[in-house]
Amino acid sequence: MSQVELKGISKRFPGVQALDGVSFAFEHGEFFVLLGPTGAGKTTTLRIIAGLERQDQGSVLLDGRPIDALTPAERDVAFVFQQYSLYPTMTVYDNLAFPLRSPLRKTPEAQVKSRVEDTAEKLRIAHLLNRKTAQLSGGEMQRVAIGRAIVRQPRLFLMDEPLSNLDAKLREALRVELKHLQKTQGSTTLFVTHDQIEALTMADRIAVLNEGRIVQQGSPVDIYDRPATTFVAQLVGTPRINLLEAGRNGGTVSVKGSGLSLTAPRLPLPESFLLGIRPEDIRPEPKGAFLGKVFLTEPLGVETILHIRCGELTLLSLVPGMAAQRVGEELRFGILQEKLHYFGLDKKRITAE
Amino acid sequence: MATIELLKVEKRFGELQAVKPLDLTISDGEFVVLLGPSGCGKTTTLRMISGLETVTSGRILLDGRDVTYKHPSERDVAFVFQFYALYTHLSVRQNIAFPLQAQGEKRELIDRRVKEVVDILRIGHLLRARPGKLSGGDQQRVALARALVRRPAAFLMDEPLGALDAELRETMRAEIKNLHIAQHATTVYVTHDQIEAMAMGDRIVVMSDAEVQQVGSPAEVYYDPANLFVARFIGSPGMNLVNGHFAEGLVRLQGTNRYAVPPAWKKPLAQALEGREEVVLGFRPEAAHVNPNGALSGEVYASDMHGGYTVLHVNIDENEIVHIRSDRQTSPAIGTPVRFDLDPEMVRFFDPRTEAAVRREALR
Repeated sequence: MSQVELKGISKRFPGVQALDGVSFAFEHGEFFVLLGPTGAGKTTTLRIIAGLERQDQGSVLLDGRPIDALTPAERDVAFVFQQYSLYPTMTVYDNLAFPLRSPLRKTPEAQVKSRVEDTAEKLRIAHLLNRKTAQLSGGEMQRVAIGRAIVRQPRLFLMDEPLSNLDAKLREALRVELKHLQKTQGSTTLFVTHDQIEALTMADRIAVLNEGRIVQQGSPVDIYDRPATTFVAQLVGTPRINLLEAGRNGGTVSVKGSGLSLTAPRLPLPESFLLGIRPEDIRPEPKGAFLGKVFLTEPLGVETILHIRCGELTLLSLVPGMAAQRVGEELRFGILQEKLHYFGLDKKRITAE
Repeated sequence: MATIELLKVEKRFGELQAVKPLDLTISDGEFVVLLGPSGCGKTTTLRMISGLETVTSGRILLDGRDVTYKHPSERDVAFVFQFYALYTHLSVRQNIAFPLQAQGEKRELIDRRVKEVVDILRIGHLLRARPGKLSGGDQQRVALARALVRRPAAFLMDEPLGALDAELRETMRAEIKNLHIAQHATTVYVTHDQIEAMAMGDRIVVMSDAEVQQVGSPAEVYYDPANLFVARFIGSPGMNLVNGHFAEGLVRLQGTNRYAVPPAWKKPLAQALEGREEVVLGFRPEAAHVNPNGALSGEVYASDMHGGYTVLHVNIDENEIVHIRSDRQTSPAIGTPVRFDLDPEMVRFFDPRTEAAVRREALR
């Protein structure tokens, strides 16, 4: 039995269909990520699960039982927001103890102390327990906010972009902490983000949400390697996937505006379609089958983005290290044919029937 | 086109030293990035070059001409801000033409120049629109066109992509660089984003605490960071930096790991440390290779699939986690033992007392 299941959830706000028949389920101990752009309906979904918002249609099930009639407190879920929402005049200790001391729970003080200390240890904030939260840095505050959620061992964690207000280095560090914690505690987590890197790196499974509908569900590898639509293909991966208009003629696929032609795969390809090539699957090789011209290089250190001009198109290629290629040079390159993605003009992935 | 020279340029706000005396020469046609965290003095430096901020001491030369006390309008530089600062009641065309009209240029010349820049930036179809109706990227293109139309001696850009979303930022990053390649105008560009700095700069000036930490090409700041700050700041994740003790050709790390120092480093290391043992071993995540017989060991703390590759977070001792970039097949569970080696060409050392990098005589 799934721990959490959403069945056909729809929600309308004046003038906008926020959610349109959203269904997904995840298991005990799973880290499930809801990924989508701003306005996709991610936060509304979380708020419905938490009971902060009421759906128009559909049902939320916890361990197989509908919880639609329960109040937020009765649902026993913990919410971590993008904004920290800590009590600034209280110490870190009192902030962490707060959920345990709530009249609903009435935890004995000795137990509060041991749970607070245990939580602070896990999040590496034990040295901050006596500080007022107003004196903390952004990263420390977010650790406290996460601590306040995990201190009481709820059935489910709901996290709404908890890392997005932090700077890049801190986000990276906390991402790892959060994931490690989730895995070692085995807590069930639904994490919402618009950041594809957060989704790929943290999730056991991802559901991609766009305009109130689930577009695809799967493991990070599924989402990255077999995107179901061009929307998903463009949403994950940096730099973005090359998406090119192409046509089939017998056994040959030709890319419009470029003179590139490839062997057609064993797929039911229509005459016109879209070809997706991830930048790492375009590789400069002295004996590569294709010829282009280096238009721009972006050395990032660990890798370099090459912009290759090919006819009227610019292809992005991602190569390891600091590439030796110079702007204006001719360049031969190969394309990893087995890694190509084909989409119909309806934007859906073309698969073998 | 112009060279820009900063000679001992300094800025104080009362007690606060916003920029410590700074020397920098920017060549004609160069794209220089001022990079650092917020509050490091990069924007103040840019504003001093533009004349929007006065210097406390020092001199600024533009093509050899002392402009230290010149008004911004007399410096022949164009400023592009994070916020577009467009006139919302004027059309795109009027916005772009504005600087030329203000100079009293002839109608013919204005038409010709406007056409030139809108062709370069591919915004010809937007000329009649009001800026308020445009996307963030198009607004920034209009702002760039307005800067470009004057043909200034230099462009000064203050986080021009900071307000855009990630995807648009990538696109605009390439466009600005293309523009620079085509025009070859001297450009000083401020950002806190190290990826932007690496991707765009001919040279990067890394700043922290009101001071220049390193000036170098992207390859130099990446492969040979001058100190611990630069090593950490450049790269995502940054360079792995592990404390250890150097003696008898070995670096003893915390715990049981021992790293045999490559022969070429032994002498420079001994000279730099002058008998002290404390040292910091540095290596980039891609310099570590997982190998069942590797000399170093740890256990998996977390592993992140990034799409094209995986980053392993490996605990090599109590709370000492290093990052290893590996291929995508490997996704070991938490706690799995890992052995790895370091590419001897990509190992670096730092003196923890000064935080400075130890240099070999011949760098690559």
